[in-house]
Amino acid sequence: MQIPTMAEAAAAGTEVEILFWVGCAGSFDARAQRITRAFSTILTKAGVSFAILGNEEMCTGDPARRAGNEFVFQMLALQNINTLNTYGVKKVVTACPHCFNTLKNEYPVLGGSYEVIHHTQFINELLASGRLKIEGGAYKGKKITYHDSCYLGRVNGEYEAPRNIIRTLDADLSELKRSRAGGLCCGAGGAQMFKEDEPGNKRINLERAEEILENGSAVVVANCPFCITMLTDGLKAKDKQDDVMVLDISEMIIGTV
Amino acid sequence: MVQQLIFVLLAGFAGFIAFRKYRSIYRNIMMGKPSDVSSDGGKRWQNVFLVAFGQKKMFTNIIPAIFHLFIYVAFMFTQIELLEIIVDGLFGSHRFFSHFLGGFYTFLISTIEVLSLLALVATFVFLYRRNLLKVPRLVKPELNGWPRLDANLILIGELLLVTGIFCMNGADTVLQSVQPEKYHDTGNFALSSVFGPAFFGSFSEGTLVVLERFGWWLHLTVVLGFIVYLPFSKHLHIFLAFPNVYFNREEPRGRMENMPEIMNEVKSMLGLMDASTESNGGELPEFGAKDVMDLSRKNILNAYTCTECGRCTAVCPANLTGKKLSPRKIMMDIRDRADEIGRNLESGDAKYISASAKENAGKLTAANYDDGKSLFDYVSREEIHACTTCNACVEACPVMIDPLEPILKLRRYEILSESAGPAEWVPMFTAMENGGCVWQIPAEREAWRNEMMS
Repeated sequence: MQIPTMAEAAAAGTEVEILFWVGCAGSFDARAQRITRAFSTILTKAGVSFAILGNEEMCTGDPARRAGNEFVFQMLALQNINTLNTYGVKKVVTACPHCFNTLKNEYPVLGGSYEVIHHTQFINELLASGRLKIEGGAYKGKKITYHDSCYLGRVNGEYEAPRNIIRTLDADLSELKRSRAGGLCCGAGGAQMFKEDEPGNKRINLERAEEILENGSAVVVANCPFCITMLTDGLKAKDKQDDVMVLDISEMIIGTV
Repeated sequence: MVQQLIFVLLAGFAGFIAFRKYRSIYRNIMMGKPSDVSSDGGKRWQNVFLVAFGQKKMFTNIIPAIFHLFIYVAFMFTQIELLEIIVDGLFGSHRFFSHFLGGFYTFLISTIEVLSLLALVATFVFLYRRNLLKVPRLVKPELNGWPRLDANLILIGELLLVTGIFCMNGADTVLQSVQPEKYHDTGNFALSSVFGPAFFGSFSEGTLVVLERFGWWLHLTVVLGFIVYLPFSKHLHIFLAFPNVYFNREEPRGRMENMPEIMNEVKSMLGLMDASTESNGGELPEFGAKDVMDLSRKNILNAYTCTECGRCTAVCPANLTGKKLSPRKIMMDIRDRADEIGRNLESGDAKYISASAKENAGKLTAANYDDGKSLFDYVSREEIHACTTCNACVEACPVMIDPLEPILKLRRYEILSESAGPAEWVPMFTAMENGGCVWQIPAEREAWRNEMMS
């Protein structure tokens, strides 16, 4: 598989269709790297030419901004925008809803305007246009549930694309009690991922894990590497990590393409 | 004549008190920084129509939505009767509108009667939900004391109002057959034509006259009382919901307000200056919000619009898991702090002039105000640190209040102006600043792909 960096693609004089924005979790976190590989494989199988920024990519700055540190946010954002504009990037796809939100909604004000697409939306488009073909069956009739991430769902209003993919797989989508606009956060957003919880009765991911267990599905599908970490930890705390699989949408379809 | 005089004095007194109080609320809102509301007028009016007038967002929670609708529609229609009361009160007439509207008047008052009955049912349901059923969002600790009493007082006021309407109409119906020359025929009202004779039929003429007047005055005094009471209570949403929805921030929800001073400073640091970059010569103001004056007018308007229903707190993941954060409390705190500053400003006491401004010996204003306190005396650090920015509170509010924005402004103050905040965030900031990654990781960012390609 060939995954060039933008620098390499530019040196070779090749135009790429999309820039795959990998993000910190997708680049470094062992669990999220599996999502990165799965999505790269999907792109390759669909014949989408893409590149990454590689070492030139930096955190979008989302957790710093939401923690209140505008200096660090601006430092990262302005450098990223400089890099993206240097390569003349037009279309960005990312598997992280936090990167997605910041690139899509916050960079334009700073001078970086691109078409930004979340990977669930992109996969959905690939399926609709027939560029990506999946064989149903593996999940046919299986009860699967879906966790809306805050930054794809409530913040950016995308509820349908991921659900559409799950339906395309012939799976039996069973909604959680709190879903769509009423979805419950996994507990990671707003830079909570990087600090201990404030004092309380329980961790937020535990509350969500209990809801997933109540739903009784053997698979919970998510669209965010941080949600996936949080839900996995929550299920582990309930000692149910072997009963419920936590998967990204791209991992779910990787076996079926 | 005596009644007319009392009416004018009472209404004038209530109007005077109310005017002063509403004016100070307006001044408190205007303490904030101006918000840009120039964009997207069409969308704004659509929100006013659908969300404020049409109650659209209430209907995600169907049971309270229906009962609230009863009170809301009854309130709207009762204004017609109130108008008649004002006319009758001023000119000493009796049921002034009935002379012009004829059969339509009968229909109108009948409609008000039916709606009043529905509102009465709703009021009992609300008292039940709040005090006996104890719906979780209605019994949270931030409602202890005055907020709980406030909520119940309004419901009791509602009971009195409906009592007044039925007392007046019921007695009037009976009087129409006893003294037709003074109480002219208005047709049969839907409810009082039935229960009026049943309840009051055996009463003497004198008692009926007193009852009719009692109902009329009760209705009037409850309404006047309401007008004066509203600005002291949580109930301002009946007016403020409309401007609040209009002034909603019509930008993508995921876009935090940019800070141009910092952007330009960083641009100059990074050598990314362009013609549009204005340097402020290294002189940086205080960032974020530590007090109400640092918030936007929209934030403060939000706080005065809040009716403490707690739909935000009921869906807040931090609150649900026992953390101290309650989005509703954030809004209540902003309002209470704004009220406090407002009261002190009205006192004109020079002790509230900040030390640095004292030499100029000017008058006390919002600009030189300093009482040694801030919003942080109301909102604790623990609360703002617990927020996941999930936007559930923003989504839940039926009148488009945004509790998240002030939380993030407080965080900005804490981090940028105080260099404080959760200690665990420091390594994250350092890692981001030095390595461009949220974690301090020695590996290369593209290592995964090198493995994958080999």
